[in-house]
Amino acid sequence: MDSDRASAGSRSPETHHSETTLRVNGKPHTLVVDHRRVLLDLLREDLGLTGAKKGCDHGQCGACTVLVDGRRVNSCLLFAVALDGSDVTTVEGLAGDGEELHPVQRAFLERDTFQCGYCTPGQICSAVGALAEAAAGHPSHVTDAAAPSGEPVPLDRDEIRERLSGNLCRCGAYPRIADAVEDVIP
Amino acid sequence: MKPFAYVRAGTVEEATDAFAAHPGARYLGGGTNLVDLMKLGVEAPAALVDVNRLPLGGVEELPDGSLRIGAMVHNSDLAAHPLVRDRYPALSQAVLAGASGQLRNAATTGGNLLQRTRCPYFQDLSKPCNKREPGTGCGALQGVHRDHAVLGYSDQCIATNPSDMAVALAALDASVELYGTEGARSVPAAGFHRLPGDHPERDTEIRPGELITGVVLPAGSAGPASAYRKARDRASYAFALASVAVVLHLADGVVDRVGIAFGALAHRPWRARRAEEALLGAAPTTAAFEHAVDLELAAAEPLQDNAYKVPLARRLALDVLGRLAPPAVT
Ligand SMILES: Cc1cc2nc3c(=O)[nH]c(=O)nc-3n(C[C@H](O)[C@H](O)[C@H](O)COP(=O)(O)OP(=O)(O)OC[C@H]3O[C@@H](n4cnc5c(N)ncnc54)[C@H](O)[C@@H]3O)c2cc1C
Ligand code: SF4
Ligand code: FES
Ligand code: FES
Repeated sequence: MDSDRASAGSRSPETHHSETTLRVNGKPHTLVVDHRRVLLDLLREDLGLTGAKKGCDHGQCGACTVLVDGRRVNSCLLFAVALDGSDVTTVEGLAGDGEELHPVQRAFLERDTFQCGYCTPGQICSAVGALAEAAAGHPSHVTDAAAPSGEPVPLDRDEIRERLSGNLCRCGAYPRIADAVEDVIP
Repeated sequence: MKPFAYVRAGTVEEATDAFAAHPGARYLGGGTNLVDLMKLGVEAPAALVDVNRLPLGGVEELPDGSLRIGAMVHNSDLAAHPLVRDRYPALSQAVLAGASGQLRNAATTGGNLLQRTRCPYFQDLSKPCNKREPGTGCGALQGVHRDHAVLGYSDQCIATNPSDMAVALAALDASVELYGTEGARSVPAAGFHRLPGDHPERDTEIRPGELITGVVLPAGSAGPASAYRKARDRASYAFALASVAVVLHLADGVVDRVGIAFGALAHRPWRARRAEEALLGAAPTTAAFEHAVDLELAAAEPLQDNAYKVPLARRLALDVLGRLAPPAVT
């Protein structure tokens, strides 16, 4: 890390706010944030991006899932100030600039994976993250211990269910969510 | 949540210095436990010293064949690392049995070791809890304690340690590397967490302001087979009701190296020394495994509502031991 950043934090330790820059869906935003601001509230309240949802606010439901530097995380448990310089992608930014939806979004639509829809943005971001993890060779709890390490992990239904277990759906739309993810497996 | 100062540390010394300079400071790792506890009011630090950008994010092989995991290595990357998967499968399996994909991406090795108990009274400011506020009593003792300890507890606290990872580290004879104002030191993982005794507010042997810099997995634990198994209320994304990590090696038809640690039974990962002693030099038969595990669990003193944990832990241990021993000799 660069030393400027280290001192930016330590120069004024008494303050409870810091200037923080985040790239959100490709656009840089520089804000003075209260250190207590978690990423989820920053997205929803400061940037008006209400795709990520607040379910439990304690890491227990996955409704707030977004991608930070390409990895899925629970935005309700991340202080925004600690993410200075990070790249954040929310469900609003998955499609990029074009009109075309992200393949996971399309599959969710085609499979009619929602009832109330509250968990959906988190499910979609989580699925995008999970697919990248499997491609990068990350095992899961249900991956055969004998599977070669470092190689892409093929995803079957059990793998999909396990890898998306961090996203609860109180409407119980799980079977169709798993169908949609199966559709986009390369 | 109370306002707090924020310091981003770039080096280990910067982190420990900043901690010393800010009374009431806490280190911020992935935040998946600390931020949660701050929202609940259980933690109210005056300052956070962010250690996420310390250069402790790597896994390296040391000249003696051991493997050093930096404290900032994320749980997901630890579990996926080829050297960890190939040499220490129990560790990879334990990490993957915990939390969710999202949480493991944020959680760090250091933070995982220091996560606090999930005892509901500890998390509820309106309830008495000796761990949160020494001297107030233990709400769980006469309350809801189905998830609580059956071994090594005290009348002050019956909480369990929730980490899956720590159970594997204890069985694998790993050590925890620490750095503080008094210098660097190393503590065996099996002795890093404490029993509650009269000081349940102290979860571990870490000293105030000390930073976890890494975890070292010894070369000697890389050869033996190892595995982790966890029982929980749902198939995924739930804390353990009981779990076990086993490291087992046979030579000339007898056990010549064994490490067994139970999770969710005590205030720390429970290294089953009695069982190990009974197994060393013995042929790996079902009878020998049963004898050893029963010897260990004979010390259990279940509470009113958690007696189920003893037979559950017994079956988990026998299953894993049986799987690790070559079928021909069992
Ligand atoms: C819904 C949910 C389910 C979960 N399920 C499981 C489960 O099934 N199994 C399981 O094992 N875990 C589970 N967890 C817990 C999770 O594994 C921990 O929260 C995580 O490992 C903590 O790591 P962290 O880096 O986020 O720590 P933080 O929250 O950043 O820190 C935890 C503590 O460690 C201190 N700290 C952090 N890093 C250092 C360091 N390098 N040196 C010194 N002190 C440090 C902090 O000050 C704090 O006191 C679950 C969590 C949630 C929210
Ligand atoms: S078991 Fe320990 S953590 Fe739980 S209420 Fe009692 S003292 Fe507190
Ligand atoms: S709102 Fe973040 S996990 Fe529930
Ligand atoms: S569709 Fe309603 S919570 Fe999932």
